[in-house]
Amino acid sequence: MSATAAKTKRSTKAAMGPYGHVGKIVGELDDRLGVAKGGRVFLDKIFPDHWSFMLGEISLYSFVVLLATGVFLSLYFVPSTNQVIYHGSYKPLDGQWVSEAYRSTVNISFDVRGGLLVRQMHHWGADIFTGSIVVHMGRIFLTGAFRKPRELNWLIGVTMLILAIFEGFIGYSLPDDLISGTGLRIGYSIAESIPLVGSYLVSFLWGGRFPGDIIIPRFFIIHVLIIPLVLIGLLSVHLGLLVRQKHTQFAGEGRTEDNVVGSPMFPTFMAKTTGFLFMVTAVTALLGAFAQINPIWQFGSYDASKISYAVQPDWYMGWLDGALRIMPSWEFAGWGHTIPFEVLLPAVVFPGLIFTIAMLWPALERRVTGDDELHNLLDRPRDRPKRTAAGVAMFALLFTLFAASSTDVLANFFHVSLNAVLWFFRIAVFVIPIIAGLVAYQLCREMQGVHGIGKRKRAVIVQLTADGEYRTVPTPPRPDDERVEMEPEPVPVRIDIEPLSNGGTREPTSSPTGVRQVTR
Amino acid sequence: VSGSDHQPSRTRVPMPVAALSDPHMGDAAKHPARVEGIIAVLFLLAIVFLALFGAAYWQNWEPWLLGGTIGVGLFLLGFGLTAWGKYLMPQGPFVEERHPLASTGEERDAMAAALVERSAVVVKRRKMLGGLFALGAGIFGIVALFPLLRSLGPLPENSLEVTDWRRNTLLVDSNGRPIRRDTLVVGGIMTVYPQHTVNPQTGFITENGQAIDQTVMIRVSDEDITTKPGRETWAPDGYVAYSKLCTHLGCPVGLYEQELELLVCPCHQSMFNVRNGAVPQFGPAPRPLPQLALMYNDDGYLVAQGPYDQAVGPGFWERTT
Repeated sequence: MSATAAKTKRSTKAAMGPYGHVGKIVGELDDRLGVAKGGRVFLDKIFPDHWSFMLGEISLYSFVVLLATGVFLSLYFVPSTNQVIYHGSYKPLDGQWVSEAYRSTVNISFDVRGGLLVRQMHHWGADIFTGSIVVHMGRIFLTGAFRKPRELNWLIGVTMLILAIFEGFIGYSLPDDLISGTGLRIGYSIAESIPLVGSYLVSFLWGGRFPGDIIIPRFFIIHVLIIPLVLIGLLSVHLGLLVRQKHTQFAGEGRTEDNVVGSPMFPTFMAKTTGFLFMVTAVTALLGAFAQINPIWQFGSYDASKISYAVQPDWYMGWLDGALRIMPSWEFAGWGHTIPFEVLLPAVVFPGLIFTIAMLWPALERRVTGDDELHNLLDRPRDRPKRTAAGVAMFALLFTLFAASSTDVLANFFHVSLNAVLWFFRIAVFVIPIIAGLVAYQLCREMQGVHGIGKRKRAVIVQLTADGEYRTVPTPPRPDDERVEMEPEPVPVRIDIEPLSNGGTREPTSSPTGVRQVTR
Repeated sequence: VSGSDHQPSRTRVPMPVAALSDPHMGDAAKHPARVEGIIAVLFLLAIVFLALFGAAYWQNWEPWLLGGTIGVGLFLLGFGLTAWGKYLMPQGPFVEERHPLASTGEERDAMAAALVERSAVVVKRRKMLGGLFALGAGIFGIVALFPLLRSLGPLPENSLEVTDWRRNTLLVDSNGRPIRRDTLVVGGIMTVYPQHTVNPQTGFITENGQAIDQTVMIRVSDEDITTKPGRETWAPDGYVAYSKLCTHLGCPVGLYEQELELLVCPCHQSMFNVRNGAVPQFGPAPRPLPQLALMYNDDGYLVAQGPYDQAVGPGFWERTT
């Protein structure tokens, strides 16, 4: 390299200022948008660290995976129930009448490069999405993170869960295979059961009587455009509120209602969360690669007069299916009208009630406790035994109903009569939540009474004195139990990465104000 | 102009600064060099696996190899990055104050006052305009719902009550073949459709035929049987026919337990006794399956005596009993 070139390069660099290209880009952007001040504060944003705070991140990142894989699938899927004769590369189906939706889904699975993997990732992604929302919601509930000022975010979260369940059900219906078609028929009959408006509702939605030829195209646009758009909007508000109100944190050293202690947005949190995005994607890809899900080519195209044994929906619909199974056949008929309570109560009223309770919980709890304070520190579940018991009872109820969605499989597996299994669940659905709630309540109370709970137990030496008296002497903490914890500090604006020109060292203007010895 | 304005930002200005020796800037790892080595190995392996994914896609290998390579590669990359963030980046602890979101009482009052007083002034002065505007907006709100209510689909009217079965409609199987006296042996079962819903050349069955008219026919006996008083002529030579739509949720009642003579719905295990008029014996189904009255036509084929005497399938508000 010639001396002139080097000189030019050095002079260019000098002209750009001490922060080079990045400094220049920041400057150009700031001229136009004024990003520097707010942007710097954003980079310093503090995120508290706790394993349970990543549950919502799983939902967020599986949603990203769903969007990416969904775009791929939408390039090949044909949303039409036109009947065609299959002549593709899956030979067992050759010459059969199938719908175009079904044929295109089989083609995605066998004839599109990487198609089967992406399809399975999309299906697994949907199960992970709804699952992680439920677990995230459980965390929020049990730690009281929904309390003032975060009630609105709780409402948005519950709404997104409901949308995710609908989105999953609708997406599951799109391939128009035998099992999803049966699910769609059940969905039609549930909507039909609503008094006064049911038959209008289904006639408008299905464009006439089941199955019609419009429902798959309509579900397609709902699945790929309408619900995702609403979800993206709600998600943005959900995260926007999180930034505005700042994340909650557990109580601990130096943590108060008025601060946030943790790692900064850039680079620590960004590295961790981006890595987590990759890991969630990776787990979805591995599931898509090694765990077969929804092999529609084995089920065949939907034919309303055919059915398969052990028909079960995806897990997030299972609790409703269980409720439908154990409901007695109480249909009201009279005065020229029919009210199918055997469908209406378990499949419409019951989920409506569950989600209404979920949405109203923050208000209900506030009314009971009379607590109007702002809360930024989280509860430990054991410190709120009643709330924890309520949450555990609710999960027990839903899980019992989920188990009840396989009454026939359980009866076959355990060689007991279907009637016995049915009656077991009819009783269990009331008894198990009550027992689970009481046990949870009692456990919380007991845990509150245990001294030093949550800390590692230290060995004690039992001594027998000459007088025959026993004494216990605690041993000193082991080295692993001790850690040095510093006073939390604001994130420094600048970090001195170069030695000073005068060769000396500069005392940091901010320095640890104190170091504490903490024993776990 | 801008050059002189921005001159100060091009030199280092005093800012709150921390030296790298500040313990808050330190790594969380006890042995940073070792952790760095491990992460480097993870990244190297990730590079290999992601390159392998490229090869797998290029060569169109098996789906599990596509997913396996990209899954392992991405996991290693993500795990390494997360470990880097957790062990080798400034750990703090750092703190940020929460600035109260609430405004002062004065600011709140100012906003409420602006909303209440300004609108009071405007609306009170022009009451008529306000009323007319509200009326217009209300009417728009109602008419905007019309497309939702009336363009999406037809009114249901009596569509839920009717099937394609009429008097003398020929029963055919899924291949379009009509049913003779000797088609089924006693204990045999088949699904039948109205003749005009099945194309015998192509095997195509119309949507209505499949979804609504589908009827399950069982030969229970070799002589006429009566499933209920008043149905003495409905089952010639032991051929009984019921709507295949479960009265619970409309699944096809597709399983037949021959020894017990029970039709079973696989969806929610409702069971119907075919001999006594498909009365539900178990499960959530509230009503018997409607029975189709059969007879022979002049050519000796089974035909319907008439339409179903009630709506088939699950219950709905307009269903008369």
